[in-house]
Formats: sequence, structure tokens, C-alpha cells
Amino acid sequence: MPSENSHLEALEAESIYILREVAAEFARPVLLYSIGKDSSVLLRLAQKAFSPARPRFPLLHVDTTFKFREMIEFRDRAAREAGLELIVHTHPAAAEGANPFRLGTEKCCRLLKTRALLDAIARHGIDAAIGGARREEEKSRAKERVYSFRDAHGQWDPKNQRPELWNLYNGRIDKGESIRAFPLSNWTEMDVWEYIALERIPVVPLYFAKPRRMLLRAEMLIALDYDVPPEPGDRIETVLCRMRSLGCAYCTGAIRSTADTLPKIIEELRGFRRSERENRVIDHDREGSMELKKREGYF
Amino acid sequence: MKDLLRFTTAGSVDDGKSTLIGRLLHDTRGVYEDQLESVRKASRDGNAEGLDLALITDGLRAEREQAITIDVAYRYFQTPRRKFIIADTPGHEQYTRNMATGASTASLAVILLDARHGVLPQSRRHAYIAALLGIRKLAVAVNKMDLVDFRREVFESIRKEFGAVLAKLDVEEPFFVPVSARDGDNVATRGARTPWYDGPSLLEYLETVDVAPAADAGPLRFPVQLAIRPNQDFRGYAGQAVSGRLRVGDRVLALPSGLETRVASLTGQEACPTVCLAEQIDIGRGDMLADPAAPPAVAREFAATLIWMAAEPLRPDTAYLLKHTTRQVCAYVRSVRHVVDIGTLEPGPAAELRLNDIAEVEIETHQPICFDPYRRNRATGSFILIDMISNRTVAAGMILDQVNTHRSRERQRAAGAVASEPTLSQPHRGLTVWFTGLSASGKTTLCRAVYERLAARGCRLELLDGDTVRKHLSKGLGFSREDRDENIRRIGFVAGLLTRNGVIALAAAISPYRAARDEVRASIGDFVEVYVNAPLEVCEARDPKGLYRKARAGQLPAFTGIDDPYEPPPRPEVECRTDKESLEECIAKVLAAIDRALER
Repeated sequence: MPSENSHLEALEAESIYILREVAAEFARPVLLYSIGKDSSVLLRLAQKAFSPARPRFPLLHVDTTFKFREMIEFRDRAAREAGLELIVHTHPAAAEGANPFRLGTEKCCRLLKTRALLDAIARHGIDAAIGGARREEEKSRAKERVYSFRDAHGQWDPKNQRPELWNLYNGRIDKGESIRAFPLSNWTEMDVWEYIALERIPVVPLYFAKPRRMLLRAEMLIALDYDVPPEPGDRIETVLCRMRSLGCAYCTGAIRSTADTLPKIIEELRGFRRSERENRVIDHDREGSMELKKREGYF
Repeated sequence: MKDLLRFTTAGSVDDGKSTLIGRLLHDTRGVYEDQLESVRKASRDGNAEGLDLALITDGLRAEREQAITIDVAYRYFQTPRRKFIIADTPGHEQYTRNMATGASTASLAVILLDARHGVLPQSRRHAYIAALLGIRKLAVAVNKMDLVDFRREVFESIRKEFGAVLAKLDVEEPFFVPVSARDGDNVATRGARTPWYDGPSLLEYLETVDVAPAADAGPLRFPVQLAIRPNQDFRGYAGQAVSGRLRVGDRVLALPSGLETRVASLTGQEACPTVCLAEQIDIGRGDMLADPAAPPAVAREFAATLIWMAAEPLRPDTAYLLKHTTRQVCAYVRSVRHVVDIGTLEPGPAAELRLNDIAEVEIETHQPICFDPYRRNRATGSFILIDMISNRTVAAGMILDQVNTHRSRERQRAAGAVASEPTLSQPHRGLTVWFTGLSASGKTTLCRAVYERLAARGCRLELLDGDTVRKHLSKGLGFSREDRDENIRRIGFVAGLLTRNGVIALAAAISPYRAARDEVRASIGDFVEVYVNAPLEVCEARDPKGLYRKARAGQLPAFTGIDDPYEPPPRPEVECRTDKESLEECIAKVLAAIDRALER
């Protein structure tokens, strides 16, 4: 049946297929729920994949304790409404005062995100972690497999990946090893927003433009959810802005925008000439940042 | 309406493939300014002149350092008409493995040629691999036209030469376009420097080419991914129809069980529904719902084209895991018919299979799989092999056809015409079938033949061959009376365990002493003794391993029949005179005894 959105139907079917494969082939899979738009799409696809039953895996959120407050509220409500178990894991260093200001963004990220994720995987005996990463997002992700093998230390070896043909994914692992599964591999940012609009999927309100009190530092718009050590030239202003991608509050800049509805977001996206992760400080710590983080086990 | 086109790209080193993709992304605004800035920065750092579009696609650090592409990368761009997924594969070493990977999910291949160099041996291989993986549409971009002054005769001569190569492959009429990826001529838009070319640009072709097969073409094939059971009242099977279409009320055949029923309801997305059946039949992951009027083959032996993808060569005596649709079974590569000579693309002699080799092989699986030839159905004709120790994917396979002689029987049984024999859906009880007799009496031959027949019925089976057992389970044991008894006890112990667990254990061992055999019989209970009887003179004349000769020469002391006794069973369930009866007659007698034992 030809339709307006046959490309979305094809992507949806592929993702549902992958989610079912993971559920069927692994003993203890989890869905890495990071609360952003991709996670929202992933959760909806998981609900469709196993309907009328519930998804066969719990949600896992690695909470750095520096997420936007609206994200945490949204997370708890989403898990409750889906009727799914929610595992929240936080690295103990966060309680001892680890933060990006003291450690620098690179080390903070390694500890509170990468290390914390690996700890959670080990503690809960997770053999497959389903994530919402897309190949289009970042150049090292372009070479990522749908089933991405991680050794017993959670590391990714980009030069030694398993060949992946057709839709025959190799999920064989030994004890302690795991698979990261990426059902949204072939989706683009535009596909995600078109699907959210088509399916009326709820997303965190931070994605929609409204006047917000923000810290202005050089070109960056930084949220005031957490205390940011001041620097000369900082200003605080009310700015009409929104988030294009969601991470930790300090490390994710907002963009000036008037897009306060889904159609406007999609329209704005068509005109964008900058990539969505541009505002993610952590991607630009140094050349090849994402690849280095992924090698260490970053999601 | 917007649809999806997946294509792959192939070109030799320095043909400008990364630049072409960079150009496509750049001109369709598939690359963002901040990404371009990082490319500009890298272009200045490196040796490249101006904006090096190849850097858009070379993502990994090692790639940027070495200025090569080392792995399959996926790229995305869209136009108002289509969303495109490019599987970008490198053209240098390991290209067979990578190109096959990229081609496996693509419905079109773009092959690059350098206008200065024309058709290279690699170009032929690229086309060959694309065709092998089932791609029927090829677009040939003759690149670097700027370096040959956009001369028409250069393009035409390449078109003629490569067209002749492609005509021999199983592909449709190819599309040729002269381009300059560096400058953009005829990539996204038509260029002014090729006034003699009146065809579409590469992008115009990609946007309009018809590649979508009819969604419901071919007979129904629905591999079951998993059963969905939210409560006692609902039992559904989730999966995707990889061909054909499921409709409520249609009759479907569940395979490999061969039971037929109707589709009671469909829920969920049309492309990946959950199916409820009219009757409660026991199916699960790895089973397939198929069109009863046109079922797939259900078999354990088939011929396939294999692409070897691992550094370690194929081991013919090793079991691999074979993953096919949603089913995973153990498999052996029984024989290598020939290895394709990658220079001539013609069949060469059979040899050891190594990294990037392409070969025609025969494969045998432990349980049957439901398949169609790859040529007819990519989803039910493809499989991968996984090494059970390293867990790595070592090969990709495309099924050619069945090779066994049971084909018609299997099909009949699948269609429900033959229902009397036990199948997977009707579990049988356990049993030990013990083949005893002199060396070279024909135990192993008969035992293996019986194994084949039972396997074709879908029985749960294991084979314990005396010669093999002595290499593993009984390694280190000699041929003294004590050691021989111990060997038999061990085989008997394992056979007993299998029997208790509902497996038919076929054991073939000389087992010369009556007391030892009777001890095993007593401990197992469900026991069929097959006396494989041929006179000593006949066995000695056969002597396939030269053992009798050695024994006569005194090199093998205590050899059964020569200087150690063989005690024939007084009342075996079956006696086969392999010197008088044909193999078929012997098989029939053993199978009849097994059937009697299973009915007891």
C-alpha cells in the first residue's frame, strides 16, 4: 500500500524487527532510556513490537545528576505510563561532588556516564543494552553495527567488528561480554521528528521554544538548572530558545528558536545548516572525541 | 510520497568514491556547516588541496590518519522524493567482505571507474560481487572526466567495454554516467562540460529509478521471531512477512512441523504484525509460516555460495552455528565444490577457504531449515556462519538449492501428504541403537545412512562412532580386554544419558565381548542391537584402513578376528549380512526395528 511516509514505515518495521530479535536472543536486555527524542521513539517502537504484551525489558537510565530537571520528571512519568520497571544508576562519585567544573567535561563524562553505564551493565548482569544512537549523528557512529559487540571491559573495537549482513545479527557472546543494539541505526534527525509528529509521541518540553532564563557565555546559551561557576563576560537574560538535543544541563547548549510546535520544529530543521550535536560540548573536547569515548564504552 | 532507496558504492582505490559520496551529500545538503568546517580544517592540516570532500566520509581516526576507508560506513541524505541510505565500502584489501556486507542490504550499486584507467580487474569483481549478492540494478559512474578533458570517446569506449562485462552477469541494463565528483559535473546536477551527454545526472537517476519490488511479491514466508503471550487468552506470533502477504482467513503451513491452519487475526503494524492462528499448534521462534500451495524447501542439506570472512580458514571437520532467518542450527561445510578464481571469476579447483574467498560448497545442518534459493528470495536464501569458539561471524552464504535425494519426500511431508513418520512437532522417546561387528563389516556406513534417514524425519539424534570416540572420550585407552570393556562402558554411559533425554543415540563400535554389550543393554533398557555381520574373509578383503594387513604382519596385537575373539550376539534385534544384502535392504531392516522399538 503506497503511502505518504513509506520511508518511515520501512524504518519502523526494521526497528521493530531488531527490538524483537534482542528480546528473543538475550537473557537480560535493557533499554537505555536517556529521555531524549530518540529514547521517546525507541520506547514507542518497543511498545508496538510486543503489543498486546508489554516490552520484555526494563528501562535503564544512567543519571549523572546533572540532567535538566524537566527530564527527570518526564522520565518517571514515561516509565510509569508504560508500566515498565525503571532502573536508575548513578555513579557514587556524583554524591561526592564530581562535576564538570571541577573535573572538566571530558573526565566528568568518562566517570559519570561511561563508567557508570559499564558498572550498571555489570551489576545487573545485562547482556544486551538497546540504545537510540543513530549512524547519522556522528561520523564514528557511521561505522557502528546494529549489534555492536563489547568485550568484558565494555570496549568497542572499531577496526575489529563482526561483519553484519542482511538482517542476520550475530548476538553470540561469552559471559561478561555484551551487545549494544541500535534499532534506530538508519534513522536521521528528520525521520525522528517526522515520526514523533506522525505518531504524536510525547517529548520533553525543553525541545519546544519558549522564553527561558539562560546564562549567555560567548555563543553558548547555558541552562541555569545547576550552579555554574561564573566567568567574566557572563550575562543572564531571558531568551526565546529551545534544546535541539538533550544531555547534561551544563554541557548542552540551547539554540535561539521560535519553533514551539512539532511542524515548526520540522520546518526549522529543513533550514538547519548546523549538526544536532554541535551544541554538545563533549563531542568537541578534541578531534575524534566520540570515537574515543565509544572505544571506552560510552553509549 | 517519499520512499527509501538503499544503495552501495564500490570503486578501486583512488577512483574518487569518498569524494563522490561527499559530493552527493554536499550538494543535497546532507552535510552540515560545522561538519564542513571540520573538513576544511582537516583539509588544511593534510596534504589535500582545497576542500577534500572525501574527509566527510572517512570517519575513524585511523582512516583520517591513513587517508583510507577501512570499514563499511553508512551515509544518509534525502531529497523531496526519496530518503537514501548509502553503504559506503572501501575498495582496497578486504573489499570482498566489506562489499558483500554493503551489498547485502542494498537494492542498487553505484560502481565507480576512473576515466583515465578504464575497466580494471577490480571493477569486474565489484560488479560480480554486487550481482552475487542479488543486486540487479547497477549505475556506473565514470569519474574524473575533468582529467580527460570530458572527451566523449573516453566515456563511450569505457561504456562499451564494461557493458560487455556486465552483460554476462545476472543484472539489468546498467546506467552509465560521466561525472567529475571533484567539481560536481553530472553528480547532483547536469554539467555544462558534457554537452554530448543527454542522460540524467547520477542523483536524478537515483531519485527516479524503480527499485521497489512489489511488497507482497512471491509466496508467503513469515519467519516467527517470538511468541507473544500477554495472558492465557492470547497467543500470537510476531514476525515479518519477508515475501507474500498474510491475510485473515488464509490457510498457512507451519514449518518444519508441516501442520496447516488458518490465520485467525492480525494485530499491530502491517509490515510486522502479530499473528494469531485458528488452532493452537505449538510453534515458536525459528519456525516459519508459509503458503501451503508453494512451500519452501525443508531440508538439512543444500548447496550454497559461501563468502569466507574470517582470517582463520574454514575447518571442514568443525561444526559452525548457522543463522538463517530467525533460526539457528549447527552445520558442517561438507564439501567445497570449487573456489571462484577471483582473477577470471571462473570456477577454480576446490581448495582451502580463506579470507575473502568465494566458493560453492555443500552444507549439512543438524536440524532442517526452511529455505528458498537466494536467487528467488534474499531473506529465506541467506545465512551466516558463526564460529562457536570465537563467536565471530566467519562466513556469509547464499543458498543455491537442495542437494539431497529426499527432496520430494520433504516437500510432501511439508505439505502434509506424508504424516505417518514422527516429526519435530511430535517428540519421540529415546533409544539406543547399537551397531556391533568386525572391523570393516560396514558398521559406520550403515550407522551413518540410518542417521541420515532419521534426520530427514526431523528426529533428535546423536551419533557415537567408535573411531571418533577413541579420539576423545576414550583417548588413551588401549586394546586390552580391560580397556575395550572400559571403552564400551563409556559409550554406553553417554548413550544412556542421551536415551533418557529423548534422543536416538546411534553407536557404532566393534564391541567384541558379549558381556560388555549385555551390560550396556541392561543399564539402558531401550536398546536395539544391530549385528553388522560379514565373514572375516570379506572384511579382510575390504580392509579400507589397512588394519588387517598390519595385524597379520604382527604390527597390531590383539586385533579382533585375528588374535582376539569376536563374540557374536546370540539374539540381536537386527542382523545385517553386509556381504549379501544391499545397503538399502540393511537400512530398511534397521529402520523397521527402530520404529517397532519406538512404538513399544
